[in-house]
Amino acid sequence: MSVHEFFAMGGYAFYVWTSYGLTLVVLLANIIIPVMQRKQFFVKALKKKR
Amino acid sequence: MLLIPDSVVRFFHRMASPPHFYAFTERLMPWLVIIFLFLTGAGLYGGLYLAPPDYQQGDSYRIIYIHVPSAWMSLFIYVVMAVAGAIGLVWRIKLAEIVAISSAPVGASFTFIALVTGSLWGKPMWGTWWVWDARLTSELILLFLYLGVIGLYGAIDDKRVASKAVAILAIVGVVNIPIIHYSVEWWNTLHQGPTVSKLDKPSIHVSMLIPLLLMALAFNVYYLIALIQRARVELLQRERNSQWVKTMVMENKQ
Amino acid sequence: MSLSRAFFAIIRRDLVLALRRRAEIANPLLFFILVITLFPLGIGAQPHLLQAIAPGIIWVSALLAAMLSLDSLFRSDFDDGSLEQILLSAHPASILVLGKIIAHWLVTGLPLLIVAPLLAVFLGMPKNSIGILLLTLLLGTPVLSLIGAIGVALTVGLRRGGMILSLLVLPLYVPVLIFASNAVEMAGSGLPVNAQINILVSILFMALVLAPWPTSAALKMSIN
Repeated sequence: MSVHEFFAMGGYAFYVWTSYGLTLVVLLANIIIPVMQRKQFFVKALKKKR
Repeated sequence: MLLIPDSVVRFFHRMASPPHFYAFTERLMPWLVIIFLFLTGAGLYGGLYLAPPDYQQGDSYRIIYIHVPSAWMSLFIYVVMAVAGAIGLVWRIKLAEIVAISSAPVGASFTFIALVTGSLWGKPMWGTWWVWDARLTSELILLFLYLGVIGLYGAIDDKRVASKAVAILAIVGVVNIPIIHYSVEWWNTLHQGPTVSKLDKPSIHVSMLIPLLLMALAFNVYYLIALIQRARVELLQRERNSQWVKTMVMENKQ
Repeated sequence: MSLSRAFFAIIRRDLVLALRRRAEIANPLLFFILVITLFPLGIGAQPHLLQAIAPGIIWVSALLAAMLSLDSLFRSDFDDGSLEQILLSAHPASILVLGKIIAHWLVTGLPLLIVAPLLAVFLGMPKNSIGILLLTLLLGTPVLSLIGAIGVALTVGLRRGGMILSLLVLPLYVPVLIFASNAVEMAGSGLPVNAQINILVSILFMALVLAPWPTSAALKMSIN
């Protein structure tokens, strides 16, 4: 199976890769948002101290 | 109590203390990420590359490797949320309250993924983006239940009160989910729309089943990772006036 | 005072209070009639079309009317502090709360049954399904009040509880909507509806037994 064939997904490329792409975005967002919030918490807490 | 080894009991007692939880999860995180990446890699390799195309649906069926585990997780997380909420309600364990509310966005995300991938899978199979299929409809109602939990938590300012409210709502929801599920299924068989039999039982072969189970495991580990990340933020915000958070802020400065 | 006397005293008190504010009784009823009048205007008055969707329209409107009326369930008692008195009394709070819910249903749910035959005639429903429509309303609307009470109890302390209440309550109304409107539809085509009615009865009993607990727990949480 060639690389091209793999990405073509037998003609269903749009549906398959949109699903996987969207899942990746949602799952990443669920990690990034709390990590950012935690960073922000420390920044704010430090500002208060000064 | 006699059946549970002493070390296990002690482990849970220590985990229920916020500073210990915070430190322990920090050490645990890299391992969880490694396990997650390994399981996802293996699952995707097996599912997208090794498994043969389905004889009826061609390659479009490969969406099940995320659709089905997401649907499983969406239900599982709701149950976890209700159980954690009940524990928080009965024994007033702060960490259980935090686990309950931190689960909600992750569960809502999985429900959303299950809905969208179901729709993307249905388009080539049914010819339309949305069909009032039993599984998709219950999944949509489940999304509303999650949004209700998140909305209620956001609407109440005092977060300890909000946790209680969320716990009550989640318990009510968990009692209702089987009834809703059953009623939707029943409704669907009466108003039989387009044929859904293809989607309901894809002819599953071992080479397709193994990646599916691997992805389900991977999603479970992911849930743990996302849950911990949310729980840590929630913990910091609730305990911002306690000594251990203050010292951590000072140490972080250096 | 014994528990049963306290229970009936609460029902009587709420009924008397409701009779003094008749507008509150009339509003959900008018809403119910109004929404159903809007449908023929919106989709056209072809008799077969209206007849086909009549059970669904009536039940969806009943759901919305029940939801709109929920706010008055605990609002005034919450504002003037008598809710706190009820919860602090020596009797189990869930039983007293059940009394309040029953009184509320008598005032807001029962009237829907009285106007429903009229609306069924408006929408051209077959005669044999009107009886079943009344039966489903009789069994279903108490469930709407009981489940709705949990939602109101959770949001009564909030300033902007209205929007969130619909999000909490409407998904839980789905089973009642499905079984009730389906029973009416089936009865219209002369099919047996025992299964749907039996399920509605069991849902009603489950709601009667289970719903007062989370309601009183949520009220105790809200008054703090």
